[in-house]
Amino acid sequence: MRKHFQIAYPIKRATRKFNVPHFRPRDFRPGFNQRFRVLFFQLAVVLLVLSGLPVPAYAHLTNTGFGPFYDGLAHLFLSPADLMHVIALALLAGLRGPYCGRVILFVLPPAWLAGIFFGFLLAAQATIPMAATALITFTLGVLVAVNRPFPPAVVGGIVVIVGLFDGARNGIDLSHVASNFLVTAGIVCALFIFVSLFTGQVTKIRAFWAQVSVRVAGSWIAAAGLFMLGWAARGIN
Amino acid sequence: MKNQTTQQTAKSLPLAALLLIALPAVAWAHVSTGEIGGILNGLKHPVTGFDHVLAMVAVGLWGAQLGAPAIWLLPVTFPVVMAFGGMLGLMGINLPGIEVCIAISAVALGFMVLSEARPNLWAAAFLVGFFAIFHGHAHGTELPQGANALLYSIGFVIATGLLHATGIAIGLVHRWPAGRLTLRAIGGLVSIAGLAFLWQALV
Repeated sequence: MRKHFQIAYPIKRATRKFNVPHFRPRDFRPGFNQRFRVLFFQLAVVLLVLSGLPVPAYAHLTNTGFGPFYDGLAHLFLSPADLMHVIALALLAGLRGPYCGRVILFVLPPAWLAGIFFGFLLAAQATIPMAATALITFTLGVLVAVNRPFPPAVVGGIVVIVGLFDGARNGIDLSHVASNFLVTAGIVCALFIFVSLFTGQVTKIRAFWAQVSVRVAGSWIAAAGLFMLGWAARGIN
Repeated sequence: MKNQTTQQTAKSLPLAALLLIALPAVAWAHVSTGEIGGILNGLKHPVTGFDHVLAMVAVGLWGAQLGAPAIWLLPVTFPVVMAFGGMLGLMGINLPGIEVCIAISAVALGFMVLSEARPNLWAAAFLVGFFAIFHGHAHGTELPQGANALLYSIGFVIATGLLHATGIAIGLVHRWPAGRLTLRAIGGLVSIAGLAFLWQALV
């Protein structure tokens, strides 16, 4: 308490003197940490209870009920392989800084879109094996985990390849869906929004432990990719 | 006034949570299949075998004891090599003495924590990776019927990583002298439990 007044009083006096709004950092408020701890504990209790609530099983996760555009928006977040690839690309680009962040933001959605149209064309003949998806997942995970200083052109190239591949996979799946152009628009919008928000957050990371956490996440993606390769070898999708 | 409101809000949150329990629950017939079933089963699987839990937590404890870079290198090595072991199992490549090796992993990793062993970083990573193959082979192949394989794999890897993180969190007591002793004692307990599992596996 005494320390609080020692620090806070000169600040109050200075702010009055120069007629500026009174600046009082949060940490100087007495009891702030204590209140925060109590609130944190209460929130933890709520989350614990919520985690025990029954969870319904949805048979058709991509059907939002709001129409094809919103089905497309939801598609990215309800397709684990797509989402994992986008997260891995965002981590890879985010670790390389803001320039690579902008590269992925403006390269991935067009590449994905081109891939979808390519998939529409191929739909009658092609199927993409799970092993290829697994191999891309593993490779992206390893690239994030090793965190080498790849130049932006290399990152851009990786983004284009993965965007075309996943887009083609989506295109093959969506070729039989009615209003697939609206679904496509939804997917591309979701990509742009997700990549801008996620990569932006990763780009800001400066703390060493946070960078290590990103690399650990990369290793987990690689591990999931290895498991997928195993499932593919066994013929399970 | 603001403090009072915050306190009142904080007090009412557990009450709201308790009331949520009383909400009527619909009987869902297929909760363990598909996407939900895949990720939940994957998350659950590593924590259902106590021998696995011991070894994975011990990896985190040892990493915390060794400090950087082992604190993150060992928990990165284990899930990746474990996934490789799982892949071998899925491809039908059999390994001998899996249960015995899993029990030995708990004994060995517990002993490393107990003795505060500080081998070369690569030697430590090799030891952890070697045992991880058996853990992956044993548990990575058990996909429940109808569950999503990819989400099961993701859940499995996340649960494994979180067990390492638990070990690291416990291992942070290493910075205090009393914590150091406690950590070594925990390592000893892990070793003893591992010996019990070894006995079970051999008899």
